[in-house]
Amino acid sequence: MPKIILRSPDGNTHTVDARVGASVMETAVKHGVPGIVAECGGALSCATCHVYVSDSCLERAGAAEDFEDEMLDDATSERRPNSRLSCQIRMSDELDGLEVEIAPEQ
Amino acid sequence: MDTVTTETETGTLIVGAGEAGLGIAVALRNAGYTAPVTITGLEADPPYQRPPLSKEFLAGEMDEENLLLRADDFYQDKDLRLLTNAHIEDIVLDEDSAGGTATTSAGHAIHFDGLALATGASPRRLPVPGGDLDGVCYLRDIPDARRLRTLLPGATRVVVVGGGYIGLEAAAVARGRGLDVTVVETFDRLLQRVAAPPISEFFRTAHEKRGAKVLLGASVTALRGSAGSVSGVELSDGMVLPADLVIIGIGVEPRIELAQKLGLDCGRGIIVDDAARTSNPAIVAAGDCTMQPHPLYPTESICLESVQNAADQAKVAAASLMDGPRPERAVPWFWSNQADIRLQIAGLSMGFDDYVIRGEPGTEQFTVLYYRDGRLIAADAVNNPHDFMAVKRALAKGATIDPTDAHNTGLPLKTLIREI
Repeated sequence: MPKIILRSPDGNTHTVDARVGASVMETAVKHGVPGIVAECGGALSCATCHVYVSDSCLERAGAAEDFEDEMLDDATSERRPNSRLSCQIRMSDELDGLEVEIAPEQ
Repeated sequence: MDTVTTETETGTLIVGAGEAGLGIAVALRNAGYTAPVTITGLEADPPYQRPPLSKEFLAGEMDEENLLLRADDFYQDKDLRLLTNAHIEDIVLDEDSAGGTATTSAGHAIHFDGLALATGASPRRLPVPGGDLDGVCYLRDIPDARRLRTLLPGATRVVVVGGGYIGLEAAAVARGRGLDVTVVETFDRLLQRVAAPPISEFFRTAHEKRGAKVLLGASVTALRGSAGSVSGVELSDGMVLPADLVIIGIGVEPRIELAQKLGLDCGRGIIVDDAARTSNPAIVAAGDCTMQPHPLYPTESICLESVQNAADQAKVAAASLMDGPRPERAVPWFWSNQADIRLQIAGLSMGFDDYVIRGEPGTEQFTVLYYRDGRLIAADAVNNPHDFMAVKRALAKGATIDPTDAHNTGLPLKTLIREI
């Protein structure tokens, strides 16, 4: 199982096992990782699962597609070049060890 | 047998294991509630997401495991006791406390100190002959969706009864598989109950453009069958639409039986105040089973059947159970995905007396803003997330957007937000 390392706004780091095919958001919520709200459950409708992908993983995680890109413009926390909505990052074996920081405000 | 076989004690009993039931449990724990919490659910599955059942799950793009809202160990870690396949048949309240005893149909007694109802809603049944033929499906829970997913590959002609969100989403999935799809709607436009005419017209055109047929003002009088399986849908004008799969999406009925047994005030749903308290202030209720004051027009009562409401009202209900301050209510919002169209809805458009169309519906990217007494109350944004987010923000701070400028797509909506 690929692992995800999430840094929560409270400063704690959580390492969780993800199923291949599950999104980063789903995995974090299922395990009760604090900081990801994910109001819409992954429907790309709320921008409350905003994360910053660590530089070393950026290329592997890929870039936001159009709709996600527009939603990110209106996210509550500052948008950065490494901003993604975590519901749109699907886990694969290639993404094992993915490191993300959860945006402070959702 | 009526014999009570087992007995357990709990702090709070939550009847219903959907989004609202789970939400109350999680909110109780987040607020520092330490007593035992028991969640009972009618279904075999632990709490899961319903919205994908008519979208990604039905389309085969998502599996069952991904539907689950929490991992198994979450319940253990948070010390939440989850009873699935559990039907609470009766509840007797203590005379001198907020507690009581619930009994399941299997004869299990649960003594509790506090009670929350999150009993959800059941799909409205189509009251016509032939409703029990094979190939007639509803779409509310995992078994329904699983069954439909199994039937779709063998189907050729699909009739969808009901032009609401569930029906249209299912129609889009079936059409996406290349099936012959007809949507039958009683009213003279789609989404009649929830959207303005331009949105209704847009979705009719969009589905027709993608190859589905849409019949408006058509009511179903019978489902015909041969050898036990559905073969056609008979309409009131005598026309028969051939069909080997019929999907019925004609709305839901809040489950209020238990609330009625408890003597709680009910309308269409269980009546609650803005703190999610029922007419017995010790008992709270949240989610699809409730009827609550309209956030902007509190003298009006509304049923809000949405994930957002379930999650939001659950937090309010948990705060009331703990006698804590009422959390701020979020702006109601909804979404629907149909083929490659993403509709996002902010606010509640019911009761609108004016609307503004922003953008050209023919481009499949536009927004309808709804007004009441000159004040912005809601928007439907089609493939237009910036507009959706701007309206959600405006409504959250009680602001409005001037209707005279709103149609101008050269001006970003967020620059038009102004205080009332």
